[in-house]
Amino acid sequence: MSAVQPAAAPEPLMADPGPSGRFGPFGGRYVPESLVPACLELEAAFREAWDDPGFHQELDDILRVYGGRPTPVTPCRRLSAQLGVEVLLKREDLCHTGSHKLNNVVGQALLARRMGKDRLVAETGAGQHGVATATAAALFGMACTVYMGEVDVERQALNVFRMELLGAEVRPVGSGSRTLKDAVNEALRDWVATVDHTHYCLGSVMGPHPYPWMVREFQRVIGDEAREQCRTLLGGRDPDWVVACVGGGSNAAGTFAGFVHTSARLVGVEAAGGSAMGHGAPGVLHGMRSMLLQDEDGQIGEAHSVSAGLDYPGIGPEHAQLGSVGRAEYVTADDREVLEALQLLARTEGIVPALEPAHALAFVVREAGRRIPSGATVLVTLSGRGDKDVAQVRELLRGAP
Amino acid sequence: MAPPERLGTVLAAKREAGRKLFVPYVTAGCHPAWLEVVGELAAAGADAIEVGLPFSDPMMDGPTIQEASRQALERGTTTASVLDQLARADLPVPIVVMTYFNLVHRAGEARFAGRLAAAGVRGAIVPDLPLEESGPWRDAAEQARVDPVLLVAPATPPERAKRILAVARGFVYAVGLMGVTGERQALAASATAVAERLRGRSSLPVLVGVGVSTPAQAAQVAQVADGVVVGSALVRRLLEGDDPAALGKLARAFRAALDDA
Ligand SMILES: Cc1ncc(COP(=O)(O)O)c(C=O)c1O
Repeated sequence: MSAVQPAAAPEPLMADPGPSGRFGPFGGRYVPESLVPACLELEAAFREAWDDPGFHQELDDILRVYGGRPTPVTPCRRLSAQLGVEVLLKREDLCHTGSHKLNNVVGQALLARRMGKDRLVAETGAGQHGVATATAAALFGMACTVYMGEVDVERQALNVFRMELLGAEVRPVGSGSRTLKDAVNEALRDWVATVDHTHYCLGSVMGPHPYPWMVREFQRVIGDEAREQCRTLLGGRDPDWVVACVGGGSNAAGTFAGFVHTSARLVGVEAAGGSAMGHGAPGVLHGMRSMLLQDEDGQIGEAHSVSAGLDYPGIGPEHAQLGSVGRAEYVTADDREVLEALQLLARTEGIVPALEPAHALAFVVREAGRRIPSGATVLVTLSGRGDKDVAQVRELLRGAP
Repeated sequence: MAPPERLGTVLAAKREAGRKLFVPYVTAGCHPAWLEVVGELAAAGADAIEVGLPFSDPMMDGPTIQEASRQALERGTTTASVLDQLARADLPVPIVVMTYFNLVHRAGEARFAGRLAAAGVRGAIVPDLPLEESGPWRDAAEQARVDPVLLVAPATPPERAKRILAVARGFVYAVGLMGVTGERQALAASATAVAERLRGRSSLPVLVGVGVSTPAQAAQVAQVADGVVVGSALVRRLLEGDDPAALGKLARAFRAALDDA
């Protein structure tokens, strides 16, 4: 007998996680029994739809003629000259409703319709996912309720009004930290009681199986398009670095899905005050096993960030896997760096990004010529536009010394 | 000392004797006198008592138990402090804890089960741990002689219910309605329907919980179920300032309604 054991086959990354919904040791389906049948139904509906060319055709058509896809990749000439690295932006800010959230929501609304459900519930942090869900509900003639923490209702007031204009009901959540985590709790509580006619339109690559996988698949259009576009712009090459911000991690997962099998370095940027990868431990919340901010007893910690969309104590389970096997790395940017990066992009390129993707930019600005060698090519997913944040940024800059 | 009888054994024997089972719930630490309340509930004729270990994100709970959990945590309640108090209390009825899986996971299944057993706890309900994910926890609990209670919901299809019943221990927790814990004006039709579907299908007692709010509703449920779990109706009064004796009185009303059912 040989003493040398054959090496275990490497886990296939960003593949179908199968019925258990596991990404290595992360993921799963930790929901109350009342919700298990609904999750199973959703998984079956998604598998069937994702195998159905007719479904893809309809989804692609809507995203094209209604959503504005494909979104361009923009080379940043002045910013690149200043930083000494070649920055390319994947422009999800040009998607209808102003962020990547629409990609996922149109997919889920189509699935809801296939399952015969006529109401959507959603959680929202920055309000972008809420706006996207309200938009899809209007488009498909469905009822829509959006849960939003009271803190976020305050700092994203404009998005609350947008959702109401679109015909959705916004319910402020006053429990816990009154941010995204608590909005998810409340959306789940709603869903338990309404699951016979309601679909929970979860906004990121988190939650119980099949959500992390399904949402990544609905968002992979970002990465698939970007890879082609980069090859055209870079003379057939892939970018050296691919960078995206991470709240739950949907724009990052969608981006990474296009590049995971290339040699590009993948970087997810969390808010410094909400770094589940940096300061968390494995835990179970909102239906998934992943990295979570928590104390010794297992009580969930509170995230703190200027950006409502990244103010979440967890991260999608597939990111926990990509981080633990070393295929992607997860770093942070703090509030000050983020505000500076936002202004820099505005002044050099004429693009005002949302606070969330300003985290991804902040990493590039900080590390250009340091960790990111001069001359490297860097694709950054610009997940949303900054209009929603203008009033908040104005306040922050006024208060700044 | 002989080990204490298993929860399932105690409850099944009472059911065989023709008694309807009454399992009241209180969130540990939600009130300075919570342990006195447990004593009153036992004296009022509870067959077991469900003690909630507070969690920061109780997603299966409605406003009352959310608020109780918040107050408990604000007072510095921890798993260790609760188990310590229970271990010293020497209660005359079995204690079943209810908590969310992250508290179990953080400690590690085996360690958590061992800590429960050491405190004299005889069962555990973990509502966000469905059948498919429950294997390691059930094994660890079994090792420690703690009964892992499983839930069946109104939405659970019959074939799935069968698989849950096959591995359930202690009692079967039949969820009375599709929704979170909390009081309801009227008993949901699903409360009796779910018990009806499970009747005679398990050697364990079938208890209906969630939405059983009054003694009259408890009596109605007991027509088809082996008993009830009552939580928010008691906890709300405790949060509103009722003293332990007043809760004991309400518990006796539930007991009487079940005895007459
Ligand atoms: C523009 C934008 N980017 C990113 C995020 C974070 O979500 P995710 O990490 O799922 O992409 C949000 C969330 O609100 C957002 O609005």
